[in-house]
Amino acid sequence: MGEALRRTLPVIVVVFGLLVVWYGAAIVADLPAAQAAAPGTAPAALVGAALALERPLVPAPHQVAAALVGGIFQPITSPHSLVYHAAVTASSAIVGFAIAFVLGIALAIGIVNVRIFDRSIMPWIIASQTVPALAVAPMVVVVLGNAGLTGLLPKALIAAWLSFFPIVTSMVAGLRSPERLQLDLLRTYCAGSWDVFARLRWPASMAFLFPGMKIAATLAVVGAIVAELPTGAQAGLGARLLGASYYGQTLQLWAALAMASLLAVAAVAAADLARAVLVQARGGRL
Amino acid sequence: MRTAAAPLAFGLIVLALWQTLCMAFHVPKILLPAPSAIAAAFGQNIPMLGADFVQTVLRSMLPGFAIGSAAGFLVALMVDASPFLRRGVMPVASLTGALPIVGIAPIMVMWFGFDWQSKAAVAAVMTFFPMLVNTVAGLEAPGAMERDLLRSYTASGRQTLEKLRLPAALPFIFNALKLNTTLALIGAIVAEFFGTPIVGMGFRISTEASRLDLDVVWAEVLLAAITGSALFFGIARLERTVTFWRPAFQFSTEKDMH
Repeated sequence: MGEALRRTLPVIVVVFGLLVVWYGAAIVADLPAAQAAAPGTAPAALVGAALALERPLVPAPHQVAAALVGGIFQPITSPHSLVYHAAVTASSAIVGFAIAFVLGIALAIGIVNVRIFDRSIMPWIIASQTVPALAVAPMVVVVLGNAGLTGLLPKALIAAWLSFFPIVTSMVAGLRSPERLQLDLLRTYCAGSWDVFARLRWPASMAFLFPGMKIAATLAVVGAIVAELPTGAQAGLGARLLGASYYGQTLQLWAALAMASLLAVAAVAAADLARAVLVQARGGRL
Repeated sequence: MRTAAAPLAFGLIVLALWQTLCMAFHVPKILLPAPSAIAAAFGQNIPMLGADFVQTVLRSMLPGFAIGSAAGFLVALMVDASPFLRRGVMPVASLTGALPIVGIAPIMVMWFGFDWQSKAAVAAVMTFFPMLVNTVAGLEAPGAMERDLLRSYTASGRQTLEKLRLPAALPFIFNALKLNTTLALIGAIVAEFFGTPIVGMGFRISTEASRLDLDVVWAEVLLAAITGSALFFGIARLERTVTFWRPAFQFSTEKDMH
């Protein structure tokens, strides 16, 4: 009890402090608009009006929460349903993550086993991260559109590109993590390179894979959202963000952003769940 | 030099293959321009690329990068002073690492207008949290032995910070700076997708892509890649100079990336 409180109390205090600051900012920013809408209102009523504007400059937390809940509990066929938009974004994020996962692990195995791969490709993989991949998103979408590929696949490829890197690097580090001593032990058992891989390197790499997977999961969501921006997509959280910003619908905008955050948190939670399942299967250790 | 040969050879092979395939199969320009076409587009559009560079990198990205990183560092020092605050702020700050922060771009455009200010704001927010989290973690890095030694010298809190904990945090801080160069560039470019004056790398990429001028788009991407790499390696270089005492830099001559 004491330990749990010691941990959670500071977090609660900080979150509460942030909410207070947020409300303060909302009141300060939206007071002029409320005043302009109804001149001569009493100051107390004015604060209430500032926190209930339809298009506030800074929406109050409860307004965002209401817009989020309202968007989630729409019928799923409605174009205002945040669940529908999140599902569109999630589907390209998931496909992209799956592509990155398979290719990333395959390439990591290649890099660890084939010396020339390591020497020639690894520096390019690191260098590729200094390129702002999201900037390439519009081009990838347009190019694949010209090639007749529209819909989910171009967005998935952008998500894959982003999440590819953390998977490769964490997997390379993981496959290389066994120490000399452990490798020597296997050699004394006359283990072949396949046995070294299957019994030592692969199991050892899992502890490294999951932190990379969490980053990759977030990046897949970010990639899917940004891929929806430049294409005039009709559906998806990115399209929702763009549309809301076009028409100055601040509450919609913040609600879409909150939904995107929930989706990203869910993606990380899924990676954590996968880890927990593996730990369970291995009898409590990773 | 020998270590650069293999990646260089690989890069040249890819370029040569790309050029040959484009020429051999007459790949249409709207699918994939040949490297020579991209180089030509780069050469012909130097003034335009220069203007975009000034707008996106010098006006938007670098101020945002500087403000976000500096603010993250200062807040980290404040948070570090109070164990209560540290336990409260760190979980919240770490959580932001999982959030699609770049999505605040439309909000910043609404608040700060179409010009560079909104882009700098996105870059600042994106770079703030990695610096905060890394600096706080770095200040925690020294072990009990080092702290006890300084306590036996009756060093004050400030002296411990200056002589032990800040130097120990430097590798973490440089890590955040390297991460932040890419984040700030992404923030500045993506924010331009939400509305800009008619100049800037993100603006150019999205408009030229919709006009199917893909060689110009590739030239902008090349510029972004050069900018990103130059900043990354510049900071890596600075890191080597400033934290020369780290074993990773003293004993290895080959792997200077990590």
